[in-house]
Amino acid sequence: MNAKHNHLYRTLFLQTFTLSAFTIGGGYVIVPLMRKAFVEKLEWIEEQEMLDMIAIAQSAPGVIAVNTSILVGYKVAKIKGALITLLGTILPPLILLTLLSYVYEAIRDNAIVQTLFYGMSIGVAVVILDAVSSMAKAVLSQKKLLPVVLMIGAFLATTILKIHIVFIILFCAAVGIISTLVVKKANS
Amino acid sequence: MMYLQLFWSFVQIGLLSFGGGYAALPLIQMQVVTEHQWLTLQEFADVLTISQMTPGPIAINAASFVGTRLLGIPGAVIATIGTVLPSLVIVLTLAWFYFRYRNLSAMQGALYGLRPAVVALIASAGLSILFLALFGSSSLPQSLDAVSWPAMALFILGYVIMRKRKVNPIVMILGTGILVVILTMAGLPIQQL
Repeated sequence: MNAKHNHLYRTLFLQTFTLSAFTIGGGYVIVPLMRKAFVEKLEWIEEQEMLDMIAIAQSAPGVIAVNTSILVGYKVAKIKGALITLLGTILPPLILLTLLSYVYEAIRDNAIVQTLFYGMSIGVAVVILDAVSSMAKAVLSQKKLLPVVLMIGAFLATTILKIHIVFIILFCAAVGIISTLVVKKANS
Repeated sequence: MMYLQLFWSFVQIGLLSFGGGYAALPLIQMQVVTEHQWLTLQEFADVLTISQMTPGPIAINAASFVGTRLLGIPGAVIATIGTVLPSLVIVLTLAWFYFRYRNLSAMQGALYGLRPAVVALIASAGLSILFLALFGSSSLPQSLDAVSWPAMALFILGYVIMRKRKVNPIVMILGTGILVVILTMAGLPIQQL
């Protein structure tokens, strides 16, 4: 019994650790890979259940890859499982970025490194604003007034009015909840 | 005291970043650059660059990086725990409710309102990185002399290529970096000083 459990915990840890260590590109890349590992390969989780878990992970705040791994761990081995998969997911970036932080301190005053980082920051701006363009397009393509108003309103609120983003987030969440409840009531 | 402040800042980042991907970006910038000045905007841009080139979510990467810089390895651990603690509590609570009632409508209602706002907040954070590269500051410049036109051209070129064909982000970032280094060495400095 104990040996079997230890094997389970080890597999949970190793699966999430390797996925986290070698997947570049954030939640939208790592979540499908987790599905592959736990639904198709290990067959520990059923397809529909995995989809529900991904929906929960996306509804909750925080990092989607972390949220999904917590759910996978919980599903397989309760709280202990959740803590193990959480650890497996956060350890690789924690170790790597701690090391890189020291390296960065050591080399950032070098002129070529500075120029390289400067040039790469242009590329980072391209990548982020490309993602923003796709997301904004998705909001506009819903052809609904409220999301568009919230998007433009939030942009003006943060850039021109300099309103604290915590207030913007809480306000828009409240508007979303209220409008969903109103629509639900109207439908029923 | 510093440990507590660091921890609490990253709890807020973990608690309020909805929607995944870049959603944490404006919150990290707010906590780390605007409110506590733990990093300059340039350093924040550098963390972002490193984060894009390495595996791992931006929020965890930023937590580890900032934590290490401020308080060494314990700082990295504290900040990372802060980032994931809200997830752990909320996700498990939601899962419990979900498997009992099969209903997430309040949460999904919140997301309905949040998604468009988050796009706007990420846009604003992305623009401040762009402005820093183009103007040397995070806001619009007072005069056109402060604009680096070669950087502007490079950004527009990169953006058009990225929109037309989905280039791997790492290739895009490394590409602009190496191009700027080569141009600078060839006597064509891109950066406004």
